[in-house]
Amino acid sequence: MKNIQKRKALGALFEVLCVLAAGVAIMVLALILYYVFRRGVAVVNFSFLTSLPTPVGVAGGGIGNALIGSLLMVGLGALIAVPVCIAGAIYLDQNPASKLAAYARFATRVLSGIPSMVVGLFVFSQLVLRTGHYSALAGGVALSIVMAPVITLSAEEMLRLVPSSQREASMALGATKQQTVFRLILPGAAGGLIVGVMLAVALAAGQTAPVLLTALTSRFWLTSLAQPTASLPVLIYHYATSPFADWQAHAWGAALVLVAVILVLNVTAQVLLGLINRRR
Amino acid sequence: MAQGVNIENFSFWYGPTQVVKNISLSAPERQVTALIGPSGCGKTTLLRSINRMHDLTTGTRSEGRITVGEEDIFSAAVDPVDLRRRVGMIFQTPSPFPHLSVYENVAAGLRLHGLARGKEIAERVEACLCKAALWEEVKEHLHRPGALLSGGQQQRLCIARALAVEPEVFLMDEPCASLDPVGTMRIEELIGELKHDYTVLIVTHNMHQASRISDQTAFLLNGEMVEVGITKEIFLAPQDPRTEAYLTWKIG
Repeated sequence: MKNIQKRKALGALFEVLCVLAAGVAIMVLALILYYVFRRGVAVVNFSFLTSLPTPVGVAGGGIGNALIGSLLMVGLGALIAVPVCIAGAIYLDQNPASKLAAYARFATRVLSGIPSMVVGLFVFSQLVLRTGHYSALAGGVALSIVMAPVITLSAEEMLRLVPSSQREASMALGATKQQTVFRLILPGAAGGLIVGVMLAVALAAGQTAPVLLTALTSRFWLTSLAQPTASLPVLIYHYATSPFADWQAHAWGAALVLVAVILVLNVTAQVLLGLINRRR
Repeated sequence: MAQGVNIENFSFWYGPTQVVKNISLSAPERQVTALIGPSGCGKTTLLRSINRMHDLTTGTRSEGRITVGEEDIFSAAVDPVDLRRRVGMIFQTPSPFPHLSVYENVAAGLRLHGLARGKEIAERVEACLCKAALWEEVKEHLHRPGALLSGGQQQRLCIARALAVEPEVFLMDEPCASLDPVGTMRIEELIGELKHDYTVLIVTHNMHQASRISDQTAFLLNGEMVEVGITKEIFLAPQDPRTEAYLTWKIG
């Protein structure tokens, strides 16, 4: 009897601890969002989003070039990473037991654990030093490396969700391997693939080190991919660590914009995933 | 054009394990041949050899000859992809393509093989759905996902999908295993229709089903063929004591 009560009490205690832990996780996010919103909301308006930064003490000014720089470099990164990673995931899905697949999976996991600073340094040494200048192109390449493991791992998982019964049905209908991939597996997994890409984009959008080391920053509008380019994380870093109150305020505004973009991407991905799971 | 299937001295291995042992069996055209036997007796493996589905699995090996019509399916001249068009297969679990509508499921094979274009596709889709006894039930919502149909309807959709690519032989691997009695009855009626135009080989665990729908029955046990003959004779007067034991629920 006593034993049962003791076990029940322990169980109850454990449940309370778990709920608390979950609560802490939510609280941290809520606090960050609250803080960023409170400090940032005052400066964010249309002209903040569309103007160039101004020198210290000059009123107005915004993050227009950094916003465009970030969008461009993240877009470029996705443009490079998505085709390569999805093609890689197709290989992993089609040849799950091959040696190459085992190596590729291992490499992908290791890559996902490499500090983004190192990715930035690598691209810096290979592209920036060789071409002689910081550039949006180098930034995009660095972000593509950051995105690659996220896209590959999630894509492989999503492709594997297409059941073997359907693959067999397709082959039994006289489809070739390639037709089965393009007409059955990819369309069937499309939603999940998009979710993975969105999460990777959200991750890349917030990366500071890779773009700082490859694209540096700029106070002007972007005119070519071969120029130093501004981005939101780097702008936040510079402004927040500056001694000027108006720049610090702009850092909070930029942080709010960045967090909002990332949040929207994540929430959309979550909703999409829910829809996919319900359909299944 | 229906074609008979002829299996001669066929053996099959998964790795070191032999699961089909020197089986010879002739499935005449426009007849239903039932393969019965306890789980693991090799009947599904034998069935899946006829459209070379095993090519997709590594570590398998076979010996012997299988012909569809006059053609040896293992000869170098035969492309397994084309063979699978000629030898349609229906699986235990209904497997319509879930991202496609009813219509597109049937059209899928036509598009894969470039068998029809434009308006012709719609005509062929309707004809196949009619032949699969599904048209009346789905004609109002052809563009809804095929996965929303009932299990029995999904299985008939798979039959329509297989019909579209004009096969010569139908392989059915326990097509009613996941269906309710009404769904099962519809499929059995359909098999009765199909055999006028196609050769049908069906694996079933349901011996009543075998006796109802097949012309010829083969009994397999541990990878060997124990007995094959006209269904009525097998069920009424089995020659081999093991067949009799199985039919009276003593084995399996």
